[in-house]
Amino acid sequence: MSLLLIAEHDKKKLLPATLATLTAATTFGVPIHIIVMGMSCHGIAEEASSYKGVEKVWVVDNPLLDHLVAEDMTETLLTLSRNYEFILAPATTFGKNILPRLAALLDVAQISDVISIEDTNTFVRPIYAGNGLARIRTEDSIKVMTIRPTAFEKAEIIAARASIESYPFRETLSLRPLFVKREESISKRPELTAASIVVSGGRGFQNKENFALLESLADQLGAAVGASRAAVDAGFVPNDYQVGQTGKVVAPNLYIAIGISGAIQHLAGMKDSKVIVAINKDADAPIFKVADYGLVGDLFTILPELTTKIALLRRSS
Amino acid sequence: MKVMVAVKRVVDYNVKIHIKTDGSGVDLSGVKMSLNPFDEIAVEEAVRLKEKGFVSEISVVSIGDRSCQESLRTALALGADKAIHIETSFETQPLGVAKALKELVNRERFHLIILGKQAIDDDYNQTGQMLAALLRWPQGTFVSQLTIVGEEIEVVREVDGGLETLKMPLPAVITTDLRLNVPRYATLPNIMKAKQKPLEVISAEALGIDLRPHLKTLTIVEPSKRKAGIKVADVDELLEKLHKEAKVI
Repeated sequence: MSLLLIAEHDKKKLLPATLATLTAATTFGVPIHIIVMGMSCHGIAEEASSYKGVEKVWVVDNPLLDHLVAEDMTETLLTLSRNYEFILAPATTFGKNILPRLAALLDVAQISDVISIEDTNTFVRPIYAGNGLARIRTEDSIKVMTIRPTAFEKAEIIAARASIESYPFRETLSLRPLFVKREESISKRPELTAASIVVSGGRGFQNKENFALLESLADQLGAAVGASRAAVDAGFVPNDYQVGQTGKVVAPNLYIAIGISGAIQHLAGMKDSKVIVAINKDADAPIFKVADYGLVGDLFTILPELTTKIALLRRSS
Repeated sequence: MKVMVAVKRVVDYNVKIHIKTDGSGVDLSGVKMSLNPFDEIAVEEAVRLKEKGFVSEISVVSIGDRSCQESLRTALALGADKAIHIETSFETQPLGVAKALKELVNRERFHLIILGKQAIDDDYNQTGQMLAALLRWPQGTFVSQLTIVGEEIEVVREVDGGLETLKMPLPAVITTDLRLNVPRYATLPNIMKAKQKPLEVISAEALGIDLRPHLKTLTIVEPSKRKAGIKVADVDELLEKLHKEAKVI
């Protein structure tokens, strides 16, 4: 039996979440097949074929797959899936949109947000916004699961080439939505969930204009910018900046939380970061309970100093 | 058009949960329970569509033991017209719930189904997608904006890295994200009125659906806690630590 991984890509390359899912896939010790769906996506299939542990790449190339609308993907995936014991996708909005559909049509459960694979039937996943970890077992014949990307390292390219085969596109039997448009948040900075350093701001910034202070720090560090729900709700930044239970889950090497009190909601999205720094004027803020390094003080004096001194440090090292 | 909204009763989002030390589960005794926040947004959206004249009747559904009738009464107080309680003693999981909701759709003609994108207890984020698949209806998940234009519905979806707009024919299944709306509070007169609204109880067996869970929970444990670190005196000490000790910059 083997494993099918549904690749998420940005029409140019595989996304980091897919590479983390691939690492999770290797723990099953079965042959791994990747399916790349899209329009003119052969280049991505080539890329997929060069990762360690991949035995075969299926490529489904069709104009209807240009925007990867779930309904358009389902029928093709359904036909192919019946040959596999394990079906994996990243636990991103892409994977969460498509995988439950597939599982329902296969009449099996889907396991969301897997962070650890104990054996071929037993998995660990966070519940209650990460305040609990559930060990669950499935007896379904096909195990369908999304993998939380931050829980696994990204797979590495090796020189080897897996075989690439075309798989026929099957049109959906369902009524289908039409893609209208996609508005990307434009940023020169790294993507939040893929960045090795994330700096996040909260209500402490008081207004939208003050967030520029955070952005200069981010640019100095080559970091992504995040925010707490409070900052998003107050309109300081767009909603896709949000880190937390209802936003993005990040686990960078360094997470700097500035002017963020540390509500459970926010902690759920960043507590697995390797090193956490908190800067807050309230010495009793809950964020300090999870921070490796805490600095109590006014962010409006600390932040410019920090940015300048990091610039100096970078120049000297 | 008739709308169905599915709701779940969960531990209130403000409550810090306690995990039993023997790993058998979450201690729910004496804990405040509420309508799942995403489901509350789903009810609110249905009520707004009714106020705008798009919707004639809102049915709200919940699956579980008798206690979920509380959540149904809350939804009725927020503006739903009638409630259906599918009674079961099984732990509800997304696939079984989706199958049960599908049976209700076969019984009554709904044109739109609105669900929260996920329940904040088990955090699955699956039921809406599963229901759409089983009905072979189009789905609009993680929706932060919804517009009905004639026989079609246009939704803005919150996806990683931005927003996606889809247009789909009705009937359709929608799941709500946090920013779709801000739910109203139930007023006292409406809470009183809700007690008079119809609430039908159907046993899962009568619907002929199999709600037996596919997934077995073996243990629930607390995640390993981060130990609080140290406080540094100033920016210089912070940089020294990050550079020399943690080696992250």
